[in-house]
Parts: sequence; structure tokens; C-alpha cells
Amino acid sequence: MDEKVKNQNPRRTFLKQFAVGTAASVGVSLIPTKTEAKFKDTQRENETRMGVLFDATLCAGCRNCERACKVAHNFPVDDIETFRDRSVYKEYRRPSPNNYTVVNEFPPSGVATFPIDVKVQCMHCNEPACASACIVGAFTKHASGAVTWNSDMCIGCRYCMVACPFQIPTFEYDKAIQPKIQKCDLCFERTKVGKIPACVENCPVGALTYGPREELLLLAKEKIERHPDKYYHHVFGEYEVGGTSWLYVAPVEFSELKFPPVGDSPAPGVTEAIQHGIFAYFIPPLALFSWLGGVMYVNNRKNKKIENEANEGEKK
Amino acid sequence: MSELIYPQPVKAKFFTPGMIIVSLIALNGIVFLAIRFLFGIGAVTNLNNQYPWGIWIGVDVAAGVVLAAGGFVSAAMGHIFHLPYMKLVVRPALLTAMLGYTFVAFAVFVDIGRWYYIWHPLVMWNGTSPLFEVGICVMIYLTVLYIEFTPILTERFRGKVNLPSILRVFNGLVEWILKLLDNTLGKVMFLFLIAGVVLSTLHQSSLGTLMVIAGYKMHPLWQTPILPLLFFISAVCVGIPMIIFESLIASRSFKIEPEMHVLSKIAGYVPLLLGIYLAFKLGDMFIRQSFVYMTEINKFSIAFIIEIVFGVILPMIMLMSRRVLNSPFWLFIASALVVLGVGINRINNFIIAYRPFYAKSAYIPSFGEISVTLGCIALTVILYRAIVMIFPVISLPKQDDLKELKHNRG
Repeated sequence: MDEKVKNQNPRRTFLKQFAVGTAASVGVSLIPTKTEAKFKDTQRENETRMGVLFDATLCAGCRNCERACKVAHNFPVDDIETFRDRSVYKEYRRPSPNNYTVVNEFPPSGVATFPIDVKVQCMHCNEPACASACIVGAFTKHASGAVTWNSDMCIGCRYCMVACPFQIPTFEYDKAIQPKIQKCDLCFERTKVGKIPACVENCPVGALTYGPREELLLLAKEKIERHPDKYYHHVFGEYEVGGTSWLYVAPVEFSELKFPPVGDSPAPGVTEAIQHGIFAYFIPPLALFSWLGGVMYVNNRKNKKIENEANEGEKK
Repeated sequence: MSELIYPQPVKAKFFTPGMIIVSLIALNGIVFLAIRFLFGIGAVTNLNNQYPWGIWIGVDVAAGVVLAAGGFVSAAMGHIFHLPYMKLVVRPALLTAMLGYTFVAFAVFVDIGRWYYIWHPLVMWNGTSPLFEVGICVMIYLTVLYIEFTPILTERFRGKVNLPSILRVFNGLVEWILKLLDNTLGKVMFLFLIAGVVLSTLHQSSLGTLMVIAGYKMHPLWQTPILPLLFFISAVCVGIPMIIFESLIASRSFKIEPEMHVLSKIAGYVPLLLGIYLAFKLGDMFIRQSFVYMTEINKFSIAFIIEIVFGVILPMIMLMSRRVLNSPFWLFIASALVVLGVGINRINNFIIAYRPFYAKSAYIPSFGEISVTLGCIALTVILYRAIVMIFPVISLPKQDDLKELKHNRG
């Protein structure tokens, strides 16, 4: 008899309790909470937000910007003549730890009769995935639009590199101590003292324009309107991943220029919605804790009762 | 057979031929670990700016965390849902979880570029980061696991403290500390037991959230907003098979009778859990219509099929058969399939499915990376063996019975 009570279908009880609990916790996490990402004021579109417009129809691929960037960030710089070497264009290049920006060249296609040169660097997203993903919050989106990285916080986990939709952050794999995450900082130190980014300042053909993002958008659209035959009718960066500080206009479709297939929704959107769902003011974890506590209490009491009955039975 | 079995230190030879091989694997790993710490991550790994995460995250951390799920699953089944027959396996499962999570924490320590900043997440919080959540949860859970293990430690030494020579004066003090620990922990242990389950639920699922932000860089067969749910359910699925898997290995290695009456009972839950997992996995596939990618034959579709067929469907069918449940050999095979299947799922999610747009060639782990991973696993095995030989973890018949048993057999 006692044995029977003890083994009274523990599996069924377990499954029942398990099912109820799962349903309850899922239910709790579905309670509507503010899932829209909460951004600091500096992260919202505002008048101080600056950016750069890149015009691929003007860029001649002189790589002055590459050199100027290295100088501005105190990296070892080769002679200017080495930057005139166009053989580097044979291979598609990406930014590296001591090269925040690179220019790539694509063969002429569509309306373009000349090779198309495209500068690559951090896009400085309006809602940066790196800043959202970083385990310690080492990235900051500034009111000026720049996304910068703080060496004093970074632990070198490289999750920013996993998160970035443009695959921009690079890591110093060859350093055993204090390896850095390296990426374009939109010349944060220069712009703070009223200068413009080094690449923009050193572009000899005016392919780069620095200014308030809103104005750059108008300028970009005006360019397309004035020369509808010269441009592909799209400003890359206006809506991509929720908008970026860098904006691009080009003679051909952007996918032909190796722009990644990103959508218009901000890269951290889904993740932050999930995070806020699971951690809605700590309600779901606490609910789970108390439910498990309740189950434990009930089961403990049940077990004690059975034990007591068994003991009494023995006495009799 | 004696019914009087209780946890006690296992008596066996430590360095068997198998253990010597394991030790050599560990030594080889330590060599590459030294290179990593002296010359940087680049000196040992094939990681680059397109592939920032390799097997140290995909295998050591992701697969490591899920294969340590036996700890929270058995704690929930044994201590919270009070399934009577769980008592025998709670301790080995707890030990695996404790060692597993220590292994995971060490892997993180090795993988991050600035290992000396590993404490930063404790004081620098970023609530939007799933990695932050995983990090904090794992740190707290590791502490909880050590606390849950403390009673085993006090049980081993209470009343037997006998420090050598000069230290003898502290015998009384140590004894008093052990008593205090025992008494206080006994009263509040239920809080830690529940906390362990809650923390596991949180970080097992958040580990799935990690890759969601990779967006289009992750192959659509795996990229889904319900990744956290899939990760959690698969963690629950693998808990019991992992307990069975290691219990059967331990019985074989220590030449003790496997606890088949418990193992086959708990294995009975697994097909249902696997069925729920399969339903979510396939349901998600149909809702997102990602099945179109199954028509192409490439490494993605093949990896996906291996994961589903051999890791989920096959063991699910196997474990529905009485014959499999009652045979130590087939039970071992079926459990190993689930363990491998979930492990492959984590590798698929973190490594195979990650196909960065600008990568020039796919990531293949270097010899050094594999050596470090295998070395760390080997170290964990050595620690496990040492601990079960020192502490009362594995349940055995009374020593006298055991001797008799061996005698009769021999």
C-alpha cells in the first residue's frame, strides 16, 4: 500500500507540473511589455548627428583617405608613393587593425564607364549592433553620430565582430596583452576640436562630404534628382539597419559593389526584444523562482505525509 | 543484490592505461595553452576578422554549457519534483555540472583577448547584451554549484579532520567550520537549488539569443527568433541522456554494476522531450519556410540532416523501445546519440551556420585549437576521476558487499 502511494505515477505528476510551469512562464513572458528598444537620447536622430556622404561616381581610388586615416590615428605610414600602387585593387580588401579604412575598385558596369571605387569603413549605425551586443558596454554612440570603443572596458570577447552587420570591428590577434578592437571612430578626437574627419579633409576630388546627416540626405537625393542617369536611385544608409551616419550614392546597384545584404530593421532589434521579454523587470525569472519554490514545498509536504503514514503503519 | 547503496568514494587504480592517454592529451593541450598566453590568440588559432569565434566558443562554451545541463535537470527532477529514483544520480550529475561549468569558465578565460579583465562584466553592465546575461548567469550558477557541492565536502571530512603535524592545532577550528557550514547550508539549500534551476533556464536560453544578432550572417536553417526556446528545450532534452551516458561510462571504468533500474526509468522521459523539441524545430522550419534550403545539397543541409536524424529522431525512436531501455549497451548508444546530436546542434549554430559575407575561405579549427579543447576536456575527466575517488559522489553497495561481489566474480 505504502509503496503504491509513493510511486503514484511520479512521471505523470512530473509531466503535469512541468507542463503547467512551462505554460505559465511562457505566458508571463508574453505579458505585453515595452519591447521597443529604449535608446538613450544621444542615440535618437537629432540635429547634432553628423555623417559623411560618399559619392562613388567621384572617387578616383587615389587612396589619400587611407593614408590620411593612418596619419590621424598614429599608425605607421608608408611613403605616399606606395599608396599610388593600384595593384592592390586586384584583391578585395577589408579594414584591418591598423587600417581603419580601405578603398576597393570594381570594374565598370551599367551606366558607369570608369571603374567604380568604393571606400569601406565603419558605417556608424544609428542603432549600432556592436554597442547593443558588447558584454561590458564598451561602445558608445555619441550625439555627433560617431560610435567609439573604450579600451579600458573591453575584455576582448569579439562578440561585437559577430554582431556587426557590416563586419567592421577588427581584433589584434597577434597581441598577447591588451589586444584592441580596432575600427573607424569617425575621427572623434578631431571632430571634438572642430576639425573634420581626416579622410574627408584629404579627399582631392570631393567624393566625401562631412555634415549634418539630415543635410547630407537632402544633398544625396538632390544629386540623384539632378543626374538621374548617373546614379542608381538609392541612398545606401538612409534606412539600412535603421539608418547609418555614413551615406553612399553610387552609379550601380549596391549589391554589385559588395555591400552586404542587410535589411532596414536595426540589427539589434530582435535580440533586444527577446532580452526585454525574458527580463521584463525581472518578472519572468522571479515568477519561475516562486513557482518552482511552490512545487518544491507541495512535494516536500506530500513526501513527509507519506513518510509519516508509513511510520505510523509500521508502529501499528 | 544489496539494496543498501549509498554515495561513497570509489576505490580504484587512478592511472589505468586509459587515464595515461587522457593525461597525455591534457599535457598536449597545456603546451598550446602556454603558447596562447605567451604569444596571443592568433598564434594558436585560425580565427580572423571574419571568423571571430571558433571551437573555443562553439564547442567549449556552447556545447560545454548544454552538456552540463544534467545538473539542473536532475536537481529539478530530484529536489523540486521529488522523483524518488533520482537520488542515486543527483550527485554524479551535480559533479558533472560543477566540473562542466568550471571548464566553460576556463574556456572563456582562454578565449577572450584580455583574460585579466574577465571580472569586468561584474561591474560594467550592459542589459541589452545577451552575452552579458549569459556571463553573469554562468558566474552566479558556478558559485551556486560549488555551494550545492559543499555538503558532499563536509560529509567527507566532518568528524574525520586530521591535519598533519603542526597544523593539528587547527583540527578543532576546521571541524567547527564544517559543522557550521553543514548546519546553515542545510537550512537554506533549497534556495540555492531553485536558484540553480532558474539561472540555468535563463542562460541556457540566452545562449541561443547570442547568435540572433548575427542576422543574415547565420544560415537561415538555424537563424530564428525562437533560438532561445530551442536552446532551452534541447538543454532539457540532453540532461537525462547525459546523466545516463556518464553513469554508464563510470560503471564501466570503475567496474561497478550500472544502476539500470534508475537509468531505464529516467530514460523513459526522453522520447517525449525529444518529441517536443522536434515539433518546435520542424514547426519553426515550416513557419519560416526555411525548408527550401533543404533542396540544395551543401554542408548546411547535410549538417542539418545529421543533427536532426541522428541526434533527435533516431534516439527518440530507439528510446521508445523496451529492449533499448533495458539493455545497458543500447541505452548507452541512444544516450550518446542525443548527447552528440545536441553537441552537433551547438557546433552547427555557432560555427557551421556562421557564414560571414566577406569571408574568403571557411573557418577550419587549427591543430592548436583542437589540442586546447581536447586538453581541457581531458583535464575535466582527470578531475572527475580524482573527485569521485576522494568524495562520496557515486552510489555503491556497502564496501563489504562490494568486496564479496568482486570476490564471487573473481
